[in-house]
Amino acid sequence: MMLQLFLLLAAALLAVGLFGALSQQSIVMVMMGLELMVAGVIVAAAAFWYFLAPSAPDGQVLLLVVLSAMTVEMAAGFAVVILLFRTSDADMTDMAAELKG
Amino acid sequence: MSAAGIAVFAALAVIAVAAGIAVFVVDSMARATFALAMSFVAVGGELVLLTLAYLGVVTILMMVMEMAIMVIFMVMFMMNPAGLMPMSMLHNKRGALAISVGTFALLAAGALAVPWPARRGVVPAPAQTTRAAGEAIMGGQMPVMVGISAVLFATIVSALMLAVPHGRYDHAPRDARSPHDRGLHDNAGHDGTHHDGTHHDGTLHDGGDWR
Amino acid sequence: MTAVQVAAGWSVVAAALIVIGAAVAAGALDAAVDPRSRTVSLSARLLRPVWETSRLLLAQRRATTAADGLLASAGSVLPLLIALAMVAVVPLGDRVVAAPTVGLVWFNAMDVVLWIAWWLAGWGPNSVHPLVGGYRFLAQALAYELPLMFALTAPAVAAGSLSVPDIVTAQQQVWFVAQMPIAAAVFIGAVAAFSLWGPFAHPAGTDIAGGVLAEQPGPARLLVRLGQYALLVVGSAMAVALFFGGGAGPVLAPWAWTVIKTAVILAALVWLRHRIPVWRPEKLMRTAWLVVLPVTLLQLLAVSILTVAGAAA
Repeated sequence: MMLQLFLLLAAALLAVGLFGALSQQSIVMVMMGLELMVAGVIVAAAAFWYFLAPSAPDGQVLLLVVLSAMTVEMAAGFAVVILLFRTSDADMTDMAAELKG
Repeated sequence: MSAAGIAVFAALAVIAVAAGIAVFVVDSMARATFALAMSFVAVGGELVLLTLAYLGVVTILMMVMEMAIMVIFMVMFMMNPAGLMPMSMLHNKRGALAISVGTFALLAAGALAVPWPARRGVVPAPAQTTRAAGEAIMGGQMPVMVGISAVLFATIVSALMLAVPHGRYDHAPRDARSPHDRGLHDNAGHDGTHHDGTHHDGTLHDGGDWR
Repeated sequence: MTAVQVAAGWSVVAAALIVIGAAVAAGALDAAVDPRSRTVSLSARLLRPVWETSRLLLAQRRATTAADGLLASAGSVLPLLIALAMVAVVPLGDRVVAAPTVGLVWFNAMDVVLWIAWWLAGWGPNSVHPLVGGYRFLAQALAYELPLMFALTAPAVAAGSLSVPDIVTAQQQVWFVAQMPIAAAVFIGAVAAFSLWGPFAHPAGTDIAGGVLAEQPGPARLLVRLGQYALLVVGSAMAVALFFGGGAGPVLAPWAWTVIKTAVILAALVWLRHRIPVWRPEKLMRTAWLVVLPVTLLQLLAVSILTVAGAAA
């Protein structure tokens, strides 16, 4: 039963993050939403490791990968935000419409 | 998991979700950033609860540091960083709310409905989990970490390339890269603002002009 | 010397009281060796913590416009709270409040929380000088944090454990400071840096009217100052556990040795406070990334080679 509770927490974090990523205008706030979604993934992965396959360390390695993915997301995201702001004064998602394909 | 463990789980879960919601509710960007930091500290606590002490504490360490850096960008890029002017920064709130509630319902239904298999193996002692992770990434899973290190290095290089003012992609013709600017400065700015005044396909170069 | 054991539950309170007492003592010592107050008699200087406390408690409160009260109070309480959270994993002789398997990482995570604490202390009052101080601290933190992390890694590698009691036990033959002097020096420097001390006091510099301390109302400022001294105390005690053999020593009891060694490091930090000029962040950043970080990494490499060779032999 605890596994389900942990997964519900993960789903809640993911949903809150998704709401932020979809509804926020500022690019920085969108990234905060993405971070929260990744937090949900971390909780789910840890719960799966603990409740389903604790003897193998693979779950922990997956968590390390997710954590580093998070840092990469932040670094690359901020670099793009700075570039967008410098070239077109855009710090809102709607202003970056030329990124549409 | 013991009753005390469940109580700790519930308290941390409430903090994590409530702080997560607060991120998108509060006006002040400083408060939003530290609400997110608090949410991550609670998530780190949940990991410690699952005997993943190292990963839990490292999550706290990394995310708190990341939020301290994040707050610089928040204050830099938001028009209302301290939340002193009440204003909404949302768009399509109803649609986003519907999608995220739908996602939560779907995931929750999945979590509750799927017949999860029984646990295979035993949970190692807390002292052993950290050692097991270390031995995994220095042993069988080493290619994963080698791959990550390459990705991290590539990120450092590419982020610097994108973000430094005199990067190699900063030489695009002004008109092509700045539609917003063109309306404002078309007649006034061009002669005065350029150091070299070079014409290039009918537009002006400016390598170092950053606002 | 026997292994470090976890003390009873009430030791939390004892540890907190010891840290606060030591912080006040450090304040008195600071007043005594402060070269700016040479004209004052020694007894008056030693009582300066008392005068300062009453002054800060009695002084008229002032408030800034549109301050963020919640974040400002978080900024003034956090340094002391962080010091108390750190001391849980720092052994006193052969006793420690908590011995988690990742005590070293815990210490590191708590010092990272200081990034937020000092920035909040700067942001909260909604005033220019503190805000400048808060940003200066973030720049300083970017300079000292990586050398600090690798300096912490060195004893963990040598002891083969992230648990502080294990690291103390591993020094029974020879103190780690002999094996890794650079890591020890970098660690003590980083303690001064995260406590905004001496050459690292730029975020609270006099050129910005006290920076992060500038607009703190009396009691809050008292808390921050206490937190600053408490951080120095806990950092010195951690240096003793990681590099100076913990409670190891002849004749005296282990706790006495911990206290003596901690007092020596603390006194050195306090004495040096007014005797080294303040480092500006850009100079600090250059030195930290171009000199200190590579040297610390080489130190770590040397320690790793020694450890592997020692394990093979």
